[in-house]
Amino acid sequence: MEFGFTIAAYAVAAVLFILSLGGLSGQESAKRAVWYGIVGMAIAVLATLIGPGQGLFVASIVLIALGAGVGYQLATRVQMTQMPELVAIMHSLVGLAAVFVGFNADIMINNIGDIYEANNLVMGAVADDGYTAIGLPKEVYDGLSSFGKLIAKKTNVEINILKVELVLGIWIGAVTFTGSVIAYGKLAGKVDTSAKKLPGGHMLNAGAAALSVLLAIMYLSGSGSWTLVLLTLLALFIGYHLIMGIGGADMPVVVSMLNSYSGWAAAAIGFSLGNDLLIVVGALVGSSGAILSYIMCKAMNRSFISVILGGFGGPAGEQMAVEGEQIAIDADGVAQALDEADSIIIIPGYGMAVAQAQQNVAELTRRLRAKGKEVRFAIHPVAGRLPGHMNVLLAEAKVPYDIVLEMDEINDDFPDTDVAIVIGSNDIVNPAAQDDPNSPIAGMPVLECWKAKQVFVSKRGQGTGYSGIENPLFFKDNTRMFYGDAKASLDTLLTKIS
Amino acid sequence: MKIGTPKEVMKGEARVAMTPESARQLQKLGYECIIESGAGDAAGYNDDTYKEAGVEVVKTAAALWKKADVVAKVRPPTEAELKKSREGQLLISFFWPAQNEKLMQQAADQGTNVIAMDMVPRISRAQKMDALSSMANIAGYRAVIEAGNNFGRFFTGQITAAGKVPPAKVLVVGAGVAGLAAIGTSTSLGAITYAFDVRPEVAEQVESMGAEFVFLDFEEEQQDGAATGGYASVSSPEFAAAQLAKFRELAPDMDIVITTALIPNREAPELWTPDMVASMKPGSVIVDLAAEKGGNCKLTVMDEKIVTENGVTIIGYTDFPSRMATQSSNLYATNIRHMMTDLTPEKDGQVVHNMEDDVIRGATIAHGKAVTFPPPPPKVQAIAAKPKEKAKELTPEEKRAAEVAAFKAQTKQQVTLLAIGAALVLGVGLVAPASFMQHFIVFVLSVFIGFQVIWNVAHSLHTPLMAVTNAISSIVILGALIQIGSSSLLITLLAALGIFMASINIFGGFLVTRRMLAMFQKS
Repeated sequence: MEFGFTIAAYAVAAVLFILSLGGLSGQESAKRAVWYGIVGMAIAVLATLIGPGQGLFVASIVLIALGAGVGYQLATRVQMTQMPELVAIMHSLVGLAAVFVGFNADIMINNIGDIYEANNLVMGAVADDGYTAIGLPKEVYDGLSSFGKLIAKKTNVEINILKVELVLGIWIGAVTFTGSVIAYGKLAGKVDTSAKKLPGGHMLNAGAAALSVLLAIMYLSGSGSWTLVLLTLLALFIGYHLIMGIGGADMPVVVSMLNSYSGWAAAAIGFSLGNDLLIVVGALVGSSGAILSYIMCKAMNRSFISVILGGFGGPAGEQMAVEGEQIAIDADGVAQALDEADSIIIIPGYGMAVAQAQQNVAELTRRLRAKGKEVRFAIHPVAGRLPGHMNVLLAEAKVPYDIVLEMDEINDDFPDTDVAIVIGSNDIVNPAAQDDPNSPIAGMPVLECWKAKQVFVSKRGQGTGYSGIENPLFFKDNTRMFYGDAKASLDTLLTKIS
Repeated sequence: MKIGTPKEVMKGEARVAMTPESARQLQKLGYECIIESGAGDAAGYNDDTYKEAGVEVVKTAAALWKKADVVAKVRPPTEAELKKSREGQLLISFFWPAQNEKLMQQAADQGTNVIAMDMVPRISRAQKMDALSSMANIAGYRAVIEAGNNFGRFFTGQITAAGKVPPAKVLVVGAGVAGLAAIGTSTSLGAITYAFDVRPEVAEQVESMGAEFVFLDFEEEQQDGAATGGYASVSSPEFAAAQLAKFRELAPDMDIVITTALIPNREAPELWTPDMVASMKPGSVIVDLAAEKGGNCKLTVMDEKIVTENGVTIIGYTDFPSRMATQSSNLYATNIRHMMTDLTPEKDGQVVHNMEDDVIRGATIAHGKAVTFPPPPPKVQAIAAKPKEKAKELTPEEKRAAEVAAFKAQTKQQVTLLAIGAALVLGVGLVAPASFMQHFIVFVLSVFIGFQVIWNVAHSLHTPLMAVTNAISSIVILGALIQIGSSSLLITLLAALGIFMASINIFGGFLVTRRMLAMFQKS
């Protein structure tokens, strides 16, 4: 195995990574936690660089420096509203890197196999004790790179397990790669966000998955590397088709799911390389993504499977007809109502992010707070396109985080609230989720803003939201529609409020 | 087609079913309008105003019935009036079919189609033609005005140089449309207003109008008004007793009592008994809006105002809307006009009597020589929401039991999960070699730590969490770093690409996380 020192460094790094994730439990400790992560990563990379078997030291440093430059540009230029896209595209890089590393392992196995053959030996053959592998002659062995040595020492069973692991790593990595690219495209508006499937739908995915299993078995029984290439292509297709079939509003789940996948891919690669740090970190990331997906699904009252299979299921029966009309209001009316109100709750949604209206919302908040009014924010777990998306946007606009509350914390306060302002959200404030058992979103926890004395909805037009579900909130007696682009309407509103 | 309105024949009825304004709207629907001379006089519309609006004025009722294809009226037709109608003619008016079965039969026999405005179902879509509500609204308002007229004091409390005036106390029984209108009028005049209704769900509406809801100390599952189309239903004897006891307690304090309690197709329930009247102060006023159905107070005399021995005035008028004929004619004519709009889908002046339409079907009581009353229940159920089941107050023992049960369930779940997990791990251990299991232990423990740690992450930090995990998942860079030194060019190349991409991620991920976290600020 490697130097004891490298392993020790990995142990330190692993502890730092765990601390770094644990530190995210609070806003203040999080600022320290990032540094743990950074230091952990630095230790891990340095230890590997100076560790045994590392060739091309300089080239590695140069490559890292290049990557750092690109990463720095990305990180400093990205708009906070574009966070979902950035996270998605970065997942795709991890996925692709995992695929490459996996392929390398396969190539290396083949190379070592050739070397064995050249020395008239069989790779993986077991010595008389039935346990240790018959290794290569010492002079040949010493000429191998450290990774080569690792493989050369393996017995047949171990090599097979190694193959299983690398197949898994490549497969998950490839799915993550195309999935993330498509997710990026959808989030950035470059790909149509509606749920689309090729003819055949889920059968196509199932067929591709079945074929992958078949190819994996063929690869394990020694059919050669072409099976692995084919398997990768299939995985790439599955990643593409799976995410194409998922609509825009389910993106929080998709992004956290891809996050989880990138972790599992790293863990699988860690197994095949026999590297514990990779396994630890991969498992941490994988479970983190899994928990996030679970939280998001729960917030939408949908099972993980139904999100992944895409699209909203058809309504279970006749949906309640919505009666009444949407009553519009102008900025003067809103300004007057805000002037009279004592307590105000703002419910931001994806529409606020799209319109880049967070600065205006923050300004409105500052002015209202300056007048001594109680202003708070209610954040639904799936508001936006990324877990916690709204929090980040509001933080960017310098809205203090202690007035930004979760759904469970604030839902009971609506009846005592004078004015609720809904900015660019729709399904998360839809009373049909509670009233209409036939609604496709029936049972989804929603923000009960209609219980406030007055509700203003800032919305571009009269259309339905992403899910195409009519929202009875807009027809309620105490609801007034404040039509127009969120940013433009808030601009006019701000001129009326000094 | 022609739509006509005759003069109301009932004595004292001042309303009219067509106003110049509604006639203009009807003409837009393609109808010609005719009216009997003098029909609108009592409501403040003379023949000239109708002529100005393009309405043909005919001399006699007989001529009108003959010319018109559709006759719109306020009061139910008399037998004589109905005889003037002919087969295929459409009559729209209040009808009270349950009480006027003979008349209804006569209409059906003659072939007159009848739409009863009092039978318009109570669904949101039909609100615009709900004449009962629009009339009840006026009645509620007028009841307060009428009470004020007979009440010797101010409604509002005042402190003047000439002495202090206490505010009047008004009790409104029954918070339907009329009740709510009465509450609104009374509170805006400055009286202290109390209101009662058997449907507890209206308490919110009452309070929103500025009155105080009188709650009973009574534990009973109340039938929800929504099931009966928003109307009250008959209550149990125990409930009635509790209700009367409460009123008895309130009676001596009240200056004005307005009762509006009606149950559809039944005699009005007695809510204000003679002993309550006797306990009231002299000068107090009772307005009984249920007088037509026998009254909520049995002392009420229909259509009259009486004064009891102890000086309490009881008003039993039934023509409150008619006493405000201009206002009520306006509203009623608008209700009729909306009904005609629904009957004229093409706006071509031709009536399409669509018996599939919930509203039209519900209101039609005679059609095609047959009685079509009572109507089937409407397909769309009424307004109100489902009753919310209130969480019961648990006793300490029950709470304790629930806690124990929850604990047991949790234990069971955890043990099951652990057993499954352990079985899986052991299963892997059976087939996998020891070198694999060493790594596997690390993997299982890491997943475990991951789950423990991530649950504690604050919701608001989920985006930074994703960015951080994204950055650290680039730990695959280690694999690429180990591989890059290989002798194979292909491996070196792929590894180099891997290093490059992973390092983008590392730096990008950590930097963006720092940027985000720096933004979170406390106020």
